[in-house]
Amino acid sequence: MGAIFRRELNAFFTSAVAYIFLGVFYLLSGFFFINSSIAGKTADMSGAFASAFLVLIFLIPLMTMKLFSEEKKQRTEQGLLTAPIGISSIVLGKYFATLVLYTIGISIFLVYALILEFFGSVEWTMVLANFVALWFLGAAFIAVTLFISSLTENQIIAAIVGFISLMVLYLIDSIATMIPVEFISKILTDLSFYSKYNEFVSGLFNLSSVLFFLSTAVLFNFLTARVFEKRRWS
Amino acid sequence: MVIQVKNLSKHYGEKKAVDDITFEVKDGEILGFLGPNGAGKSTTMNMLTGYISSTSGQALINGIDIMENPKKAKSYIGYLPEIPPLYVDMTVKAYLDFVYDLKKCRLSRTKHLQEIYDLVKITDVKDRIIKNLSKGYKQRVGLAQALIGNPPVLILDEPTVGLDPKQIIEIRALIKKLGKNHTVILSSHILSEIQAVCDRIIIINKGKISANDTTENLSKNMTNDHKIIAQIEGPREEVYKAVRAIKDVISVRADMNRGDNIYDYEIEAKPGVDIRKPLNKLVMERNWYILKLQPNELTLEDVFLKIVMGDSPKIEQELTDEKKAKILDEVLGKKPEDKKAEADKAIDEAQEKLKEVLNGITQKKPSEKTQKLNTSLNKKKTDKKGDEK
Repeated sequence: MGAIFRRELNAFFTSAVAYIFLGVFYLLSGFFFINSSIAGKTADMSGAFASAFLVLIFLIPLMTMKLFSEEKKQRTEQGLLTAPIGISSIVLGKYFATLVLYTIGISIFLVYALILEFFGSVEWTMVLANFVALWFLGAAFIAVTLFISSLTENQIIAAIVGFISLMVLYLIDSIATMIPVEFISKILTDLSFYSKYNEFVSGLFNLSSVLFFLSTAVLFNFLTARVFEKRRWS
Repeated sequence: MVIQVKNLSKHYGEKKAVDDITFEVKDGEILGFLGPNGAGKSTTMNMLTGYISSTSGQALINGIDIMENPKKAKSYIGYLPEIPPLYVDMTVKAYLDFVYDLKKCRLSRTKHLQEIYDLVKITDVKDRIIKNLSKGYKQRVGLAQALIGNPPVLILDEPTVGLDPKQIIEIRALIKKLGKNHTVILSSHILSEIQAVCDRIIIINKGKISANDTTENLSKNMTNDHKIIAQIEGPREEVYKAVRAIKDVISVRADMNRGDNIYDYEIEAKPGVDIRKPLNKLVMERNWYILKLQPNELTLEDVFLKIVMGDSPKIEQELTDEKKAKILDEVLGKKPEDKKAEADKAIDEAQEKLKEVLNGITQKKPSEKTQKLNTSLNKKKTDKKGDEK
């Protein structure tokens, strides 16, 4: 796992991916931060955290799109799958490399909080709770889009399908209200990532939501490993 | 390190990519996989290396089943797939460092990697980005990654494809050298390569093993050195009868019409008897002409084509025997052992007629086949010439 983790992290920084992700994320989150906290003259960062959700829907598929699709296209996965390592090491190596880049990205929120500290007193428990929620949300999103990348060998398709999937997760509440059957709309609402994340933003730390994000991440990493297994057997 | 393959099959739906193959590779042996494109060479290698699973059967590397204990079995294997698994955005050094980590290699890093750089001669490109390398260098980097960790088994899928002749010779020499302390399986569709490098050859066609023997035996067994082909100008029937009458001639077959009264005759004599002189004498006496006289010797290339195209002389012979018996029964209307003397006479007569009939048949059918064989042979030859240029 270590070898793949290091290689992927290196590859992020030797290609443009890391710089595009970090640059765009800093730009957009900075814009929302200034717009809501600085311009609103408040030490409350919930506005910036709330808008991060939408930014991630666009940016996370960009990070993960080529991780598996390119391996398949360039036939490099053959090298990985015939090396004396398990499939889980391959999947987790890539997953954690992405997670590290993601963590570097969202750490900017802690910098924003420090900036606010100059102007007033920041509610640090609130900021940290929000930060943890954002981290777990991203952990789940990365697993979902990595899984999508493992299904195709075209990275553009992986990016678009990943984006659409995250968009559906974002809009699931609105979709739920359109469905007249009550128990289906209930299930959909329960699956809503956005309302769960919004609870944190509005100041409610809900452990079950953290577990929900975490189990999504585990589930999709497991599915990605299954995709590889299945390909071997078909 | 011994490799055992037992009844290995891979089916893709209805298509049998590899169909029940069994073979063994001994310690320190260089085995060549030979077969046309799509014969199942790569599929077999992919199963041996654990990249894909088998539908049924077993592949054991040093007694360890690749499906049951893949990590352990894979640690014995260095694999160079058909397309080398190179991360083209990395430098050669970074890539090989990565493979070193990936294989959890325990040899001293700098020393081991330097040995490999020297062995495959990539020291001067080690700081370059792989995508900027020429095909030959990429192939060498691919070979280098297979060698990392010094695995006792090397599986190389078409290692010389796309290289220039000088590089091919170098890689072949390298493989021969590696074969001294590794067990090597190598696939190719280039015969001369297999002939030059391998101790033993397995010919695969349509997912099945068609032949499995040492290089020498393979060409020896398939060579019909007691058969000669003679192109004689003269009336066919008379030539046929006269040649058949020569002492020690077992069978004669008018193979192909080459022109007005000119035919190719395939003459089979008793093993070890040279009938060229009596044949010459006969032809001179009768005022015919021998236009060509050649032993029916097969190169490994012919053997390969015969096996692959299913145009084995053995099968043809069996067929004619079968037909012969059938026609004999028809002609005689009774079984020969009833009245032996009468039957013998009748057989002689019948055989004459039969030969005529057969000639008619064989003239049509095999000539087509032979022509096909010839054209493909010629094509191969020209290809070869082109390669040499």
